[in-house]
Amino acid sequence: MATTIPASPAKYHDKVVRQFTLMTVVWGIVGMTVGVLIAAQLMWPALNFDTPWLTYSRLRPLHTNAVIFAFGGSALIATSYWIVQRTCHTPLFAPKLAAFTFWGWQTVIVAAAITLPLGITQSKEYAELEWPIALLIAVVWVAYAIVFFGTIAIRRVKHIYVANWFYGAFIIAVAMLHIVNNAAIPVSMWKSYSVYPGVVDAMVQWWYGHNAVGFFLTAGFLGMMYYFVPKQAGRPVFSYRLSIVHFWALISIYMWAGPHHLHYTALPDWVQSLGMAFSLILFAPSWGGMINGIMTLSGAWHKLREDPILKFLIVSLSFYGMSTFEGPMMSIKTVNALSHYTDWTIGHVHSGALGWVAMISIGSLYALIPKLWGRSEMYSVPAINLHFWLSTIGVVLYAASMWVAGIMQGLMWRAVEDDGTLTYSFMEALNATYPYYAVRLLGGALFLSGMFIMAWNVWKTIAGQQAAQFTVAEARA
Amino acid sequence: MSTFWSVTVTVVVLLNILACVWLLIWTSKKQPGEVAEGAEKDHVWDEDLRELNNPLPRWWLHTFILSIVFALGYLVAYPGLGNFPGLLGWSQHKQHDERLAEVQEQRQSFYAQFEGKSVTELAGDPAARSFGSELYSIQCAGCHGVNAQGAVGFPNLRDDVWIWGGDAQAIHTTIAKGRQAVMPQFYATLDQEAVPALIEYVRNWDNADLRGERLALAQQTFQRNCMACHGPDGQGNPLMGAPNLRNGEWLYGGSEEAVRQSILFGRNGNMPAFGNALSALDIDLLAAYVLGLNEGGAE
Repeated sequence: MATTIPASPAKYHDKVVRQFTLMTVVWGIVGMTVGVLIAAQLMWPALNFDTPWLTYSRLRPLHTNAVIFAFGGSALIATSYWIVQRTCHTPLFAPKLAAFTFWGWQTVIVAAAITLPLGITQSKEYAELEWPIALLIAVVWVAYAIVFFGTIAIRRVKHIYVANWFYGAFIIAVAMLHIVNNAAIPVSMWKSYSVYPGVVDAMVQWWYGHNAVGFFLTAGFLGMMYYFVPKQAGRPVFSYRLSIVHFWALISIYMWAGPHHLHYTALPDWVQSLGMAFSLILFAPSWGGMINGIMTLSGAWHKLREDPILKFLIVSLSFYGMSTFEGPMMSIKTVNALSHYTDWTIGHVHSGALGWVAMISIGSLYALIPKLWGRSEMYSVPAINLHFWLSTIGVVLYAASMWVAGIMQGLMWRAVEDDGTLTYSFMEALNATYPYYAVRLLGGALFLSGMFIMAWNVWKTIAGQQAAQFTVAEARA
Repeated sequence: MSTFWSVTVTVVVLLNILACVWLLIWTSKKQPGEVAEGAEKDHVWDEDLRELNNPLPRWWLHTFILSIVFALGYLVAYPGLGNFPGLLGWSQHKQHDERLAEVQEQRQSFYAQFEGKSVTELAGDPAARSFGSELYSIQCAGCHGVNAQGAVGFPNLRDDVWIWGGDAQAIHTTIAKGRQAVMPQFYATLDQEAVPALIEYVRNWDNADLRGERLALAQQTFQRNCMACHGPDGQGNPLMGAPNLRNGEWLYGGSEEAVRQSILFGRNGNMPAFGNALSALDIDLLAAYVLGLNEGGAE
């Protein structure tokens, strides 16, 4: 190697990383607990206890906001602050602003947890939070962008590491999506109306909604993947060229895919077709990321046997590959005519959200936490392994039951007698779904139980003795 | 869409796709000064993060190109590039209309056997009743229950109690035109002392415990407030949908509390009109099914 490795600075700003990391575990448990509760409500509606705040309609957005923005968001910000410092060989730009992003983001989450059960909502999926909170999100996000790109600007290496491209794209795109989709006219403190009319509003919403998947739940977590997979495997990234192609293809093509959420609606035909065509092209760039991650393990496959953290990372990539094969398939009009509005969509989302997003975050956090608190490794490695199996079995049960339920619902809803009447009433399709709801509940509960094991393991790791070799570095930080 | 936007969006779409193709071609070639394929590139981050210069996997590259070719073909065949309608002339409205015509043709041959029959005749035809039950489970079961047994606020269709009349004509009208039932609220107008007596009176007309002044008060209150709709003996009036209060059937519940609620705060019954949603024959078939339910109600 011709180049010398630049020396690391003496001091990194890791307090904010520690804060976000802990809150990732906390919000993961909160968000998934609400998820398990509403899964149970679908089986036993009485579990809303006749309380408006606990009805499915109000807890469902609480669940999605908590797992995506509180759990996922905290994981992304924590890892991005860690990674951007290490790969730019410089401490964070504007550390006080970074501290503000922590408290600002937590305020947003708490505000969401209060307003959503009260029924205060913009009624836009994944953008429910009313205008005062949406404004705070915008402010925090701009601060986050300043810290992140500021750190990139003061980097002490020439090349920007691939993980930072993905985090950067995620930060810019989410700012744009959030601001455009939340453009609204307030009529009171807790009520506003979208500035877009009718079908335009629907299109803006799903342009936002699908890119929230593409940039928040994909690009951001790919950034996480590009740091923790090669680190944990101790191997170089498989292909620099592949990372260039799939990065640019992914971010440009995702932008067009939103209309596939509005097949066979008032949206003009040409927009629907365009959304579908781009969704199909999106398959290859998505798999580019999976290939680059999994192939990074070439020459180190044996590590999968003993390292449960690597298992988390690699299995999450497999789920990523599965979901991004399934997504383009579901965007095809004829497939969508069957799958849309059924639980298949829920299965698809959770194979991505639990299998990919949660598992890559959990794996990365297990790698990160010992370093953050100056420990040689997590308190209990067997507990990580147990967590891995609970998560994997949980996702498989969840996704498989919802696939079967969804296809069954689609077929039952469309079944027509010779006389033109429907073969099944809606009630019959609902009754047939109950066994699958039970399996889904079990899968979700298994996944949640893994999170409690993680919380215990994190607690024990932080409370335990510091390893001797870390104490000096830690004292300086 | 104006020509300007149509052309703009088409150009942007094609540029995006072509940019992907260019990216694939560019990264497939070796760049000047680049390390050999498969070798490590000469950057290092965070002590040990490196990258290999492996070529794009062939099968992946081919999949990418195939998906682009398919997408371009799709955009030529189907609407997708601005105002260009696509060579196949497909639209979702056309697809819907074609499918609808197909179903209607199927239905026509099926419906032929029921044409020209009266509701009473249809009620005696097992094929019509069976088909009526299909229609019922789609259109009516949501409120009246899968077994037509009703629920609080939704009449039971299996018993012989008919608030709006139970002959073929009345049932047909109920389905086609809907019914609006209004029990006004007497919260503000009734004498508070008279309410308990009135409730006792209408819940049990032969109540031996109710006598003397209280009975007189109850009767007087009934005559002044209730009789106009429910009739002098509380036998009801199907012309205005005022329920019979003497047959032991209580649409909104017969407990003291439920009756008090009905009297003090009123009730609003709403049977939607299906005349615009269903064909005349469908309504005949539904009426026949409901009529048949009632005749077989004893079984």
